Amino acid sequence: MEKILEVKDLHVTFRTYGGTVKAVRGVNFHLNKGETLAIVGESGCGKSVTSNAIMRLIPDPPGKISNGSIRFKEKEITRLTEKQMRSIRGVDISMIFQDPMTALNPTLTIGTQLVEGLQQHRKISASEAKAKALDMLELVGIPNAVERLKQYPHQFSGGMRQRIVIAMALICEPELLIADEPTTALDVTIQAQILELFEKIQDATGVSIILITHDLGVVAKIADRVAVMYAGKIIEVGDKREIFYESQHPYTKGLLNSVPRLDLQGEKLTPIDGTPPDLFSPPEGCPFSARCPFAMEVCDKVYPVTTVRSTSHEVDCWLQDERAKQLLATAEK
Amino acid sequence: MLKYIAKRLLIMAVTLWVIVTLTFILMVTIPGSPLNSERNTNETVQANLEAHYNLDEPYYVQYFLYIKSIVTFDFGPSIKQPNQTVNELLGRGFPISFELGIITIVVALLSGIILGILAALRHNGIIDYLAISLAVLGISIPNFVLATLLIQKLAVDWNILPPATWSSPAHMILPVIALATGPMAIIARLTRSTMLEVLTQDYIKMARAKGLSPWKIVLKHALRNALMPVVTIMGTLLAGILTGTFVIEKIFAIPGMGRYFVESINQRDYPVIMGTTVFYSGFLIFMLFLVDIIYGILDPRIKLHKKGGA
Repeated sequence: MEKILEVKDLHVTFRTYGGTVKAVRGVNFHLNKGETLAIVGESGCGKSVTSNAIMRLIPDPPGKISNGSIRFKEKEITRLTEKQMRSIRGVDISMIFQDPMTALNPTLTIGTQLVEGLQQHRKISASEAKAKALDMLELVGIPNAVERLKQYPHQFSGGMRQRIVIAMALICEPELLIADEPTTALDVTIQAQILELFEKIQDATGVSIILITHDLGVVAKIADRVAVMYAGKIIEVGDKREIFYESQHPYTKGLLNSVPRLDLQGEKLTPIDGTPPDLFSPPEGCPFSARCPFAMEVCDKVYPVTTVRSTSHEVDCWLQDERAKQLLATAEK
Repeated sequence: MLKYIAKRLLIMAVTLWVIVTLTFILMVTIPGSPLNSERNTNETVQANLEAHYNLDEPYYVQYFLYIKSIVTFDFGPSIKQPNQTVNELLGRGFPISFELGIITIVVALLSGIILGILAALRHNGIIDYLAISLAVLGISIPNFVLATLLIQKLAVDWNILPPATWSSPAHMILPVIALATGPMAIIARLTRSTMLEVLTQDYIKMARAKGLSPWKIVLKHALRNALMPVVTIMGTLLAGILTGTFVIEKIFAIPGMGRYFVESINQRDYPVIMGTTVFYSGFLIFMLFLVDIIYGILDPRIKLHKKGGA
């Protein structure tokens, strides 16, 4: 399969008065053409920072991509000038933000906001741009598109606004769409509709999607592959089945156990005890060791080597090491 | 919209009536009269004069006479300068005061907004600190102090600009600087802080994610939202500039309306007091009305015709 995006050893830091926050600490992943990769993890694990880094939207200062490479097709994103980057944003890579209530400018009509990206990047007449905008509104399922173009964001409901934001992101036919928690701010029935819309759009346009979320239900619905992030690192990556049924990392298992399930009646949810480490001075070893019920001495000292379990499934955990397995076996005897 | 405007016009009329009534009460309670002066006048002459200007009538009759003169906008002649009517005084003074006021507002708005944007875009940079220091100075120095300093340095010591009067564009520079600096400083500070806030909004990030150029983002997406609070304080600033013109006109010997306003009170020149008060307050009320209309145009969420507003 053709790789559209490849991120290698990405480091992002933020300088603050309290010190330097190492928000992303050596992230590796890739995205194939036409697939959906979900990046999951709890708040503050660096998933949004990673996506902003791909768009080069990290405010500098205080933020900085301090190391690593982001390859989009044949271009090295980290080395592009701001001007070159502007010709990629919205054209090749688009982004959808979490809260559709604030992602639209309240003082401009949605028509203006829809076509401005198109007119910025393509030589196109106003009437052609408008026709394209109408097509997009139809694609995302907004009725009465002709009148709707003249309306302002406050005249739309939350779900409708998110559809407009999606239409805005897709109007230049990008190859990569980064959706940063696109359904978090919506209520559940609308969430399902928006997720269906993503599937429909992917079928229609073949766009590759990076989906940032902490909602495993969303992941189960639309992702092809899943990367689990913790404290600025990807600790486990695999295809959807591998993560949901054969997850190896104790953190991934913990995440799955803390999802409410209708089929388990009367059983308590199992939350993960403790809090994520301080990213001002992240631990040298596995960042999860302090919360991990299986932590060994080595976990506190050395970051685990990556274990490749299949062509798609990789885990960063010392429990995968042969010596740990032997230890467990002797302990059981 | 029309309904809203009609409603506002009615409220404006009521406001004006309250102002006129209060002015009348103040006018008659202040001791003295336009006819009292150092000279001893003969009692019959005094009585005749009072009868001529209806000053011998009871207060309620005088009050209605004033209301009548306001409704017909005919204030009659000045008592102190009987050879000119109040309307003539206003007609001569107003264009000059208006010119001073309008130039001041335009200068204050443009320079304040530009300074505010630059400061916000270079947040915590040199331009930001310069702009903020300038703004603090501008707010702290009263316009009459600034005016005298400007005259002393630029006109007297360095002889670059004319010190007074209102006859050529060069004459306008000093009074406009003196009058515009305060409002400019307030506008710059406000634009800076709202701009900083707006620039962190998601729709600005969205605009960046669309690949728009920085200036397009600032002018199209940020500025309009950042200007809302500026429009809000425009009413207060207008009132400040208007009263500022009294002082500035006096310092720079500009033959505007402000002079008549101040002198008429000192001389108890009742028709002139009434005329200038009604004119100034009517003008200010109308400007505030315009500000509200502009607000509705800038922000589509504000619906003027709906009861209660947004």
